[in-house]
Amino acid sequence: MNDIASAYIVVENIIRKEWGRVLATLIKQFQDFELSEDALQDALLAALSTWPKNGLPDSPAAWLLTTAKRKAIDRLRRARTVREKQGEVLSNMEPEHSFDEEAGEQLDTAIQDERLMLIFTCCHPALPEQARIALTLKSITGMKTSEIARAYLVSEETMAQRIVRAKRKIKAANIPYKVPEGDQLDERLASVLTVIYLIFNEGYSATHGEDLIRRDLCNEAIRLTELLLTLTGDEREVRGLLALLLLHSSRLQARCSINGKLITLEQQDRTLWDRELIKRGLSILITTLTGGKKGKMGAFQIQAAISAAHTAAATYEQTNWREISMLYEKLYKYQPTPVVMLNGAVALSFAYGPNAGLAAIQQIEQEGDLRIYQPFYAAKADMLRRAGRIKEALTNYRKAVELSGNKTERDYLRKRLEQLASKIEQ
Amino acid sequence: MQYMLLIYSADDAGPQPGTPEFGKMMQGYMEFNKDATKAGTFVAGQPLQGASTATTLRLRNGRTETTDGPFAETKETLGGYYLLNCDDLDDALGWAAKIPTSEYGSIEVRPVMEIPT
Repeated sequence: MNDIASAYIVVENIIRKEWGRVLATLIKQFQDFELSEDALQDALLAALSTWPKNGLPDSPAAWLLTTAKRKAIDRLRRARTVREKQGEVLSNMEPEHSFDEEAGEQLDTAIQDERLMLIFTCCHPALPEQARIALTLKSITGMKTSEIARAYLVSEETMAQRIVRAKRKIKAANIPYKVPEGDQLDERLASVLTVIYLIFNEGYSATHGEDLIRRDLCNEAIRLTELLLTLTGDEREVRGLLALLLLHSSRLQARCSINGKLITLEQQDRTLWDRELIKRGLSILITTLTGGKKGKMGAFQIQAAISAAHTAAATYEQTNWREISMLYEKLYKYQPTPVVMLNGAVALSFAYGPNAGLAAIQQIEQEGDLRIYQPFYAAKADMLRRAGRIKEALTNYRKAVELSGNKTERDYLRKRLEQLASKIEQ
Repeated sequence: MQYMLLIYSADDAGPQPGTPEFGKMMQGYMEFNKDATKAGTFVAGQPLQGASTATTLRLRNGRTETTDGPFAETKETLGGYYLLNCDDLDDALGWAAKIPTSEYGSIEVRPVMEIPT
């Protein structure tokens, strides 16, 4: 690779690192997502054409911000209809700071970090879930549209459309660019954490042989959570999410076999678990639960505790299912969903026997809407098998295979089905 | 900026007329109107008569087609509306959450199109 090409890559990496912070500051000033992103894109092109030749500025962030501001004003002036709002922005513009490149250093610390505002905007519940994910990855992590598209297995065009529509809705519905206050804050923070968790899960579900960029979503999710931790001043539920993601990550190696087969918790080789990640995750969880941190108890802290309980067991057989069962009961108070109920029933079945689990499942059948949810049938099948009700178990395994949308999952379920069917024939 | 809040609910959902709960709900609406007016937010708002009183008209190929009932058969039907002056979507959503029917029905929050003069 020649010098210019490698310089190009260095420049791209630096811009990617600064992207979120500069974009957030622009949006705060111009109150216009699309304008800010377009202006920053203009500045990116300017940087790519001058930095490799002239060398890096002392403060890349300040350079990008100044340049993007100028580009934004240019765009506003060029627009054929200067609406009243834009006129206001132009007239309210602060006099240009006259800073040269050397003074740029000072500006770095002076740039107020508006990323918390940006994250809340991207994750606004008024936007469709997929759009929240796409917008967050594009705006905060600086991922390119093409990269996000690859990670989510859609065309670049589809992903670009998703993002454009989201920005249009922000404008049309007048979604405010601000950190929510009072009553709305807790609920909105939960929404942000859910988006990050979904991003992580997408990466977590990627198997060997799939594009590595999918796996990279796990790291992006962790980085986002760490950023959020700084921006919220160490909020408890954010700590809970971070602990959860670290503990889940510790199992990545053990979770998937070389030929892409799913290895369940029961069958995983626990020596492959990453002990450093576990140590980190547990440490964060313990300090969160032992108090002193701001915020309240919540779903992610409890989910982290459940993950920790699994981690504490040296073997699957030594898992403390009673503790996990109690934790699911607690989790249900914060997340009263059929899924949580189901997981609780599974834990119950291991703690107190399959019949206890089946009784709990009956309750779900009456109340919840899990009839199209594959894990429900898989769980029921497993309990029936353990209770010796083989024929019913087979029926439910078949139903689970039918409903599974994922090849790895289906293979695993079919294997269970075959093992069971062959037992009957013996 | 103005937002229209469309109030939807199922016939059999929520407090039924004649019950004390219904009276409580009506009280809730009166308080909402009072609070919204005081805040300078209220522009308009009225309950509608039931979906069974609706008639739908379409003009196709020069002929009017008039049918009994709302435009679409849905479980939840339009029961009323508010037109509110709000700072932004979060403000509008805050008001929507105060509408009594939000507890058992759905409130659609839609920005009114601003036509430049």
